[in-house]
Amino acid sequence: MHKEASIREPLVLGTPTYSDITNEVLHTIENKPTKLWKLLITIAAIISLWGVGCILYLLGVGIGTWGLNKSVGWAWDITNFVWWVGIGHAGTLISAVLLLFRQKWRMAINRPAEAMTIFAVFMAGMFPMIHMGRIWMAYWVLPIPNQFGSLWVNFNSPLLWDVFAISTYLSVSLVFWYIGLIPDFATIRDRATRPVQKLMYGLMAFGWTGNAKAWQRFEEVSLVLAGLATPLVFSVHSIVSMDFATSVIPGWHTTIFPPYFVAGAVFSGFAMVQTLMIIVRKVMHLEKYVTIKHIEYMNLVIIVTGSIVGVAYLTELFISYYSGVEYESYAFINRFSGPYWWSYWAMMTCNVVSPHLFWVKKWRTNLTFTFIMSIVVNIGMWFERFVIIVTSIHRDYLPSSWSMFYPTWVDIGVFMGTLGIFSVFYLLFLKYFPVLAFNEVKTILKSSGEQYKNMSDEEFKKLHPVMKK
Amino acid sequence: MSDKKIYAIYDDDYVLLESAKHIVDKGIHIRDVFSPFPIHGLDPVIGLKRTRIAIAAFIYGMIGVSLALTGMWFFMIQDWPLNIGGKPNFTLIDNLPAFVPVTFEFGVLCAAHGMAITYMLRNWTLPGMKGRNPYPRTTDDRFVMEIHTHDNDMDEEGIKALLNETHVLEIDVKNP
Repeated sequence: MHKEASIREPLVLGTPTYSDITNEVLHTIENKPTKLWKLLITIAAIISLWGVGCILYLLGVGIGTWGLNKSVGWAWDITNFVWWVGIGHAGTLISAVLLLFRQKWRMAINRPAEAMTIFAVFMAGMFPMIHMGRIWMAYWVLPIPNQFGSLWVNFNSPLLWDVFAISTYLSVSLVFWYIGLIPDFATIRDRATRPVQKLMYGLMAFGWTGNAKAWQRFEEVSLVLAGLATPLVFSVHSIVSMDFATSVIPGWHTTIFPPYFVAGAVFSGFAMVQTLMIIVRKVMHLEKYVTIKHIEYMNLVIIVTGSIVGVAYLTELFISYYSGVEYESYAFINRFSGPYWWSYWAMMTCNVVSPHLFWVKKWRTNLTFTFIMSIVVNIGMWFERFVIIVTSIHRDYLPSSWSMFYPTWVDIGVFMGTLGIFSVFYLLFLKYFPVLAFNEVKTILKSSGEQYKNMSDEEFKKLHPVMKK
Repeated sequence: MSDKKIYAIYDDDYVLLESAKHIVDKGIHIRDVFSPFPIHGLDPVIGLKRTRIAIAAFIYGMIGVSLALTGMWFFMIQDWPLNIGGKPNFTLIDNLPAFVPVTFEFGVLCAAHGMAITYMLRNWTLPGMKGRNPYPRTTDDRFVMEIHTHDNDMDEEGIKALLNETHVLEIDVKNP
């Protein structure tokens, strides 16, 4: 038996048996939806319909309906894109990096976090597509043989790297998530009593049998996919940052961007996981599996990545002064004292100051406080992207072309719409998919479960006798 | 003599693992084990070799990398070279730094998807297939050993007696 140090807190509370774990996690799937769920999905559906309407209007009329102008050519669209991609980083980080580091607390949160990743990347991918204006030409980003004199896409451009990065990230995350889901779908299939349910989950379970060789391959595939997904996570947000860093705009042209964006992405991703999980564990009665300790671990990651982000902000500020480049220093002076000073200081407060409140153990183990903080961090990270994008370009070299960006109702509608669509997807996931990787949670029950954790070998053998007397 | 399948059903992974060790010591060959989650340490006991799927993934990845490099060489160097800001693009090596991101992404894409497809095919789990686990509860909280009389010198009764020494929940025999 593999034992953990007794000083570590248990990851599964109470004394659940294997079938208790199955029953508790599958409770929502096997029962009728609650009133709360119906209410929430109705609200989310209305918001997403509004969003879809805004997008259709945008496609019909053109991106002139956004508040963009000749100086500010990128604003909320790219801000939202980077924000959503950033949120999409926690899922793969939890499932891949924590798997490589053998962190068992990932088991309880990897499934909901990966679902969040996938839906967030969907939302992110939509923004560059609608920003193209003529979305029906979106296939032009692919190197497809064509009749335009066989003209190819430009592989030197970070915008094209982004196409490859985001689509690889989305499809690899989806594969990783689905491979983990197959055994859990098989459990639902084997328990289902209603014919439609049995048919649907049977189709989705791919005929999983759970024999020894299949499990051996499962573990190997998970490990190798984690090994592939880890550099992928880092590369994706590095490439997103290169959309800015390889340009020659003061405020964007910095080598610090790739690591700084990756840390920011993990920071905002974990905040979003907190926002979702604190509600989910409560509503779905999963407190046994997603414990205060899990929340605390995630808050520790938020402190670390928040500190990296803070150092990055201060570094770029210092370098803009130290470089002696007039335009570079102006870009930063304008950031904190120009017309967008409020967004800069909102970002600084939310991202640099607030995570350090988590140094206090009492606060980082408090659910209400964590929830509020997670919202604060989400807002802060949205402002970070807004500050980088809009304040760097709203004043260029000619004062005659200085301008401000004012979002129109379409800008706001599309952003609200993505929040709505994301919520619809997430609510459907919560209802119809196994929310926790419960078969994986079973594997840590004996090493990290409260009931087994500090049991001596004698007690354990007494509880599970192997040979009959 | 026809081949008989003996299923020994356990309610705990640890008990199954220890029992498997016990009967394997007595020279019994275990054909397969069905469980709701991976049982660590079981593979060497029942004589499973390590899967080679990781090697396959490496090969798929290398194929992806070569495809990406060949493609970009053809698009950007051979077929339609473009002067972009005067950056060196006369040969693939000159232009290579700009090709690193796409090469990496495409390598990962091919490795991950190739491995996933191989995994599905080798497990023979494809969309819409029926589950082939002997008892539905093996995906919940039951752990089942499958022993074939053909694989062993001992007859059905002998194997059953041996299994009965362990804390087995139930023994089930299926004729083909």
